[in-house]
Amino acid sequence: MDLTILWFWIIAAMFIGYFVLDGFDFGVGMSLPFLGKDDTDRRVLINTIGPVWDLNETWVIVAGASLFAAFPEWYATMFSGFYLALLLILVALILRGVSFEYRHQRPESSWKKWFDGMIIVGSAVPALLWGVAFANVVRGVNLDVNHDYVGTFFDLLNPYALLGGLTTLLLFFVHGVVFVSLKTEGDIRMRARKLATRAGIVTIVVAACFLVWTTFAYGTVASALFAALTAVALIASFLANLRGAERLAFALMAGTIGLAVLTLFASLFPDVMPASNDPANSLTIANASSSTYTLGVMSWTALIGMPVILLYQGWTYWVFRKRIGRAHIAVAVH
Amino acid sequence: MNEWLDPLLLSRWQFGLTTIYHFLFVPLTIGMALTVAIFQTAWVRTDKAKYLQLTHFFGKIFLINFAMGVVTGIVQEFQFGMNWSDYSRFVGDVFGAPLAFEGILAFFLEATFIGLWIFGWDKLPKKVHLATIWLTVIGSITSAYFILAANAFMQNPIAYTINAEKGRAELTSIGELLTNPIALAAFPHTILACFMVSAGLIISVAAWHLARNQHFETMRPALKFGMWMMVIAGIGTTLAGDQLSLVMGEVQPMKMAAAEALYHTATGANASFSLFTLGTPDGVHELFSIRIPYLLSFLSTHTFDGTVQGINNLQAQYVATYGPGDYTPTIWITYWAFRWMIALGLLHMLVAVVGLFLTRKGRMPTQKWVWSLAIWSFPASLLAMTVGWVFTEMGRQPWLVFGLLKTQDGVSPGVTGVEILISLIVFTLLYGILAVVEFRLILQAVQKGPDDAPVPDAESGELTQTVTVY
Repeated sequence: MDLTILWFWIIAAMFIGYFVLDGFDFGVGMSLPFLGKDDTDRRVLINTIGPVWDLNETWVIVAGASLFAAFPEWYATMFSGFYLALLLILVALILRGVSFEYRHQRPESSWKKWFDGMIIVGSAVPALLWGVAFANVVRGVNLDVNHDYVGTFFDLLNPYALLGGLTTLLLFFVHGVVFVSLKTEGDIRMRARKLATRAGIVTIVVAACFLVWTTFAYGTVASALFAALTAVALIASFLANLRGAERLAFALMAGTIGLAVLTLFASLFPDVMPASNDPANSLTIANASSSTYTLGVMSWTALIGMPVILLYQGWTYWVFRKRIGRAHIAVAVH
Repeated sequence: MNEWLDPLLLSRWQFGLTTIYHFLFVPLTIGMALTVAIFQTAWVRTDKAKYLQLTHFFGKIFLINFAMGVVTGIVQEFQFGMNWSDYSRFVGDVFGAPLAFEGILAFFLEATFIGLWIFGWDKLPKKVHLATIWLTVIGSITSAYFILAANAFMQNPIAYTINAEKGRAELTSIGELLTNPIALAAFPHTILACFMVSAGLIISVAAWHLARNQHFETMRPALKFGMWMMVIAGIGTTLAGDQLSLVMGEVQPMKMAAAEALYHTATGANASFSLFTLGTPDGVHELFSIRIPYLLSFLSTHTFDGTVQGINNLQAQYVATYGPGDYTPTIWITYWAFRWMIALGLLHMLVAVVGLFLTRKGRMPTQKWVWSLAIWSFPASLLAMTVGWVFTEMGRQPWLVFGLLKTQDGVSPGVTGVEILISLIVFTLLYGILAVVEFRLILQAVQKGPDDAPVPDAESGELTQTVTVY
């Protein structure tokens, strides 16, 4: 297999890892105003992701670095082109990250409210903007002959991309709420299930619109297949949640997000960043990739590294498999 | 174009600002992880409560700082593409690989096991839990190696070939890239300096409490530990720094000349090291200086009759090789940054040596000024670290990749000055506010002191462990 094509799919896999894992972190963060009735509730919510948010977020660092190494042109064009959007994502990730650590440092409720707010905003902004960014990549942007983005931040806020952003926002929200139902006990678990149902209906409608638009405007046979599977997984997750099968609902939400990313990557293939003004300026797998030698070195590293990573990350989730309830928070030291 | 909206200037300021800021937290993460691991190991081996108290106490300071290191690190990685897209295009094939290695082989390890350490106190067997902090240490130190290897390529590009058709550098040997002599020398220098910074923190914190005659049981061993760590790491940092300047003299002679503001090539006794110079930094008028003969020759070549090339000669050489242009870094920055790094480093090593003498065999100094001085160990070591990086990176100018790509040619062509001004303001404000919050939280944790000694459980005889939750 051509290494460049292999790395196209490895990059897809890394973003799947990022969106599936940090996706539910974003969802839990966004659920604070809906599920966190008091400070204890909010602490229960935050503690469901406490031990894992950092490792989940690390997936974006690894995905970004792998993009840099495997497709320097793609990384350079996308990151400089989406400058202000990425700035917003960075600010959001900074606020969210420090808030987890700072929130519990002082007892005053005014202090906690500040950081609650930053966790909510810091989760919602990336959840929205990652969708906007990837939808724009699929839709194509104006690129000059040197593959530099020509346009402004506001050109990125077109209807298709905004729908894409809304889709990821809602998918991550439901993913997080389902995660809460899986990881908590008592009243909050039941409320999470109900919220997942209500939000699930909206999500199915919005995601269906986005998948249909993607398929008809930018789709291929493969992407259409992935889009159909995404829809099936999302609806199945909704039904599983309705029946109280929390584990299955969560696994199917993870599947939904993974398949949605595959839908977008399949629509892109063999481009990586199509130029909507002139196809000759498009970045493709062939003209954006690194040399065969570099990709070979990277392949060996990923081949050896990733199984070990998945093993110890899986073990981490197993260590923290127990549900969390209000009782756990009450006995806590902090 | 309005010169204040120059994308190059603004991008340089932003990269400098965010990098320096990021690197205030990194040395603490690296050094404190090790410190906490050592305290916890001492506790597991001896079962003495004071070591558990120290583990929790410094662990808390470590964690307040850790999140900042993580989130400001994402900014660094994104900025290569955001602000330096032409640089990314030019070097991505070479420079991207160590960054990807860092993520796959180091960051995941660090991020996963730190979570297990924080939340695993009551979920993992004692020894497995101890292993998690050591794996965090290994992850953080490994990541430092890869990032220094990437940086070394910018200082001393090797293991590449230029692909003219694609207009970029391409990797020819990953082994050679990862064993860049600059990386091999910069790694121990940087890591040991990180240990000095965390030793400085321990000394400062312990001195603050001991000056108030409190927490004697925990803070005295902490002080002794910190001072020994400072002296040992300090000697190592100095030796590694000496090795680094030797390599630098070979591959980046201009940086060495800029460190000394040496305008004319000098040999033997004339290759003197100036401790202090007053004068016009154009090398024409020197008003006053204190100089140590032979020292510069020794630093650069490890011989007393070596020749050290001057800025003017090198400038002429570079013009001949690379075409017309100014190839000289900003001399007053490199000259003073180099001196402050060495002076501050030696100064707080000296403080530690004197401290070890004053506290020998159970003695405790009673003079107030001794403690007042010791408390400055942390800011001094952090400042030494920072000016060291300023020297390294400013001494590379005007090159982004030495001899291959100038800084002015690496900036993103598609990003406007206004956009970068916005991001620069946002980062400055955000980082400024977070610095205040962070500083106050650390101060609060320090002043609170270690929690009381844990009481053994009545039934099992085990020490009760803190269950950490957010």
